[in-house]
Amino acid sequence: MARRVAIVGTGQTHHRSHRLDVNGRELIHEAVERALKDCELTIRDIDAIVIGNMDHFESINYVDTWSVEGSGGYMKPIMKVTTGGTTGTSVAIAAYYHVASGLFDKVLAIGWEKNSESDTTGAIITCSDPVWDRFSYSGAIPSLATEASAYMEQYGATQEDAARVAVRERTHAMNNPYAQLHGRPITIKDVMESAMLAYPIKLLDVCPRTDGACAVVFAAEGTAERIAPKPAWIKACAVRHAATWFGDVDYNTGLLSLKRASLEVYEKAGIRHPVEELDVAELYLPYSYAGLKWIEVLGFCGPGEGPKFIWEGHSDMGGKLPINPSGGVMSTNCIGATALLRTAEAALQIMGKGDKRQVPDVKTALATGFGGCWWSDAIIMSSKKP
Amino acid sequence: MERIAIVGVGQTKYERRKKGEIFYDLVYEVTVKAMEDAGFTLNDIDNVITISNDFWDGRTISCMAVQEAAGAHDKNVSTVEGDGTFGAFYGAMRVLGGFGTTLVVAHSKGSEGDPRFITNGMFDPIYHRPLGIEVLSASALQANVYMEKYGVTEEQFAQVSVKNHGNARKNPLAQLPMNITVEDVMRSRKIADPLKLLDCSPISDGAAAIIIANEERARKAHKKPVWIKGIAHCSEAYFLGDRDLADPIALKEAAKKAYAMAGIRDPLKEIDVVELYDAFSYMEPLWLEGLGFCGPGEGGRMIEKKISTMEGSLPVNPSGGVLSAHPVLAAGLARIIEGVLQIRGEAGEHQIDGVKTALAQGINGPCGQSHCIWIMGRDQ
Repeated sequence: MARRVAIVGTGQTHHRSHRLDVNGRELIHEAVERALKDCELTIRDIDAIVIGNMDHFESINYVDTWSVEGSGGYMKPIMKVTTGGTTGTSVAIAAYYHVASGLFDKVLAIGWEKNSESDTTGAIITCSDPVWDRFSYSGAIPSLATEASAYMEQYGATQEDAARVAVRERTHAMNNPYAQLHGRPITIKDVMESAMLAYPIKLLDVCPRTDGACAVVFAAEGTAERIAPKPAWIKACAVRHAATWFGDVDYNTGLLSLKRASLEVYEKAGIRHPVEELDVAELYLPYSYAGLKWIEVLGFCGPGEGPKFIWEGHSDMGGKLPINPSGGVMSTNCIGATALLRTAEAALQIMGKGDKRQVPDVKTALATGFGGCWWSDAIIMSSKKP
Repeated sequence: MERIAIVGVGQTKYERRKKGEIFYDLVYEVTVKAMEDAGFTLNDIDNVITISNDFWDGRTISCMAVQEAAGAHDKNVSTVEGDGTFGAFYGAMRVLGGFGTTLVVAHSKGSEGDPRFITNGMFDPIYHRPLGIEVLSASALQANVYMEKYGVTEEQFAQVSVKNHGNARKNPLAQLPMNITVEDVMRSRKIADPLKLLDCSPISDGAAAIIIANEERARKAHKKPVWIKGIAHCSEAYFLGDRDLADPIALKEAAKKAYAMAGIRDPLKEIDVVELYDAFSYMEPLWLEGLGFCGPGEGGRMIEKKISTMEGSLPVNPSGGVLSAHPVLAAGLARIIEGVLQIRGEAGEHQIDGVKTALAQGINGPCGQSHCIWIMGRDQ
């Protein structure tokens, strides 16, 4: 039988487009130190470490062994997990299994990226097949633009609908001192007037490139309660990695991997009506159109009803189901850490440590990850021990 | 630890260059073989761990390319970047954490990259990379430190190469079965002093897969389960200058934990066969010291006494080891598989009689910065 597992501490760096004050290891150290401080542990208390980033971005191979001085992995078990955009949630889920297995009591999950030291798109393009896909249809934006166009065509959604999502994310980010695009609210007009990158995606419809790191401490039942007054218990986690080829993705149906992953976690967590039963959601929404379409897949509203749900303010702070109180991916995107930030922010909400971005009385939270060739991870957390 | 077992294994033949197959083909081949070995279909596989590395595969999110080949469509899946033993470790934790079965798949196409360039990428980009240091030169440093500290000799290293290439002649999957002498090794081309061509493992293409199951599901497999008795891994410092390269402290720590978990007190008596990650010939005596089979500096004499030959009291790498085929990332998983085959009595011509307990080792990072130890047994 798997052991019960909870998140007991989180830490993140202050995120910027260029963190010239630190190198990669120091960036990792900043997040680790804050996570340990958050739960009043020292690195000596940690039994194992899981770390992830994207190798080609900083061009460092075997980051687990390279980062030992920053991660605290000296004379500890350390493992590297890397799955693209989902890296952060994959790392979190790996840390969960470390503890659930019974082999380790306190495990540190780390995600990080120093995107200022890379050509992000140049690196992402190499994910596609070198012969067939790489020269025609790769990088992050083309396939997202295809999905956005298909969605607009299918349901009559508009560019303004998507812009409303961007406005929400950046408004929420104003409450988060760690966010990269903190303190700069935007309007629908700003989004509409920003540079067109790939129709219909404009500059303010997509996430930035960020330097940053995140660390999360997982602990076993029995230990977790002693460490944290209000641990965030993991109720369920699931991953779905679907296609290998971008051409195999069906852009007219919803995000199938997210659908399958969310159905699995809802079932395991006993959730039937997500909007009523979830108190907050930290979703990996890399661009504004995802904020319309993917909430339909998650069952927050019916097919084609995403824009209405957004315009009615249900996902704003104070709404029925606040989405991304942190400002989300569109405000901060340090790729290897991005999905772990979703996990950390959801846990923060349950632990009541959200400060200005705190949603009142959070009992159940959802965190998701997105990446690769349309892959998804989902985690449900609860204030109550499962 | 609850009882978990390895119930299916699959390997390709290891070759210098598999021209006819891309790496998804290799993954597909071993996935099918492991499932056939266990008598499982894809429906019996609850989740999948693939082992990839973006530098070795030459593409970012390299795990993306093998998902369909590994049967991962619509399953819970993850990827470990590092040696296959570490991926298998995660697979074992997933079974302990609630899944009935986990398929673990590792692949390597060394022929499609430049190992020196790729391994240069694990060193510090500012201070060390411009020196051109990579796995060969770093390992040569380690061999020198080891020789200097304990007086172990190049001839003792050469004996390892002679033994393991000789063992490989009995393993149809090995890439380099060779009938060579110590003189042949000593006279072979110098690669990085003191390492000569025949002290070094080859560049290889190949893949390996295992299926790990909980007790209930293990009983449904065709083959007799091989039980996982002890697993542990550990990493030490990153900068080579911060380490005593002749004292593998991370290996000692991992071995200590794995032995404790498996209830092993006297490894030399209780372990019947060892499959080591011998990327270079000097590694076998050094790792034998780290594993506690002999004292510090005694590895060389242990080789000379022929204790680690197939006829010796502690056979090491009867398969031919990594020296005879080095599919990076899959090589450690292959060591686990060889341990499984020995315990099942299915190792063919390189079978050791009466194996009850086997040890497999994987390494990560330069000069074995990180080690992963597996103890497997026939009995529960």
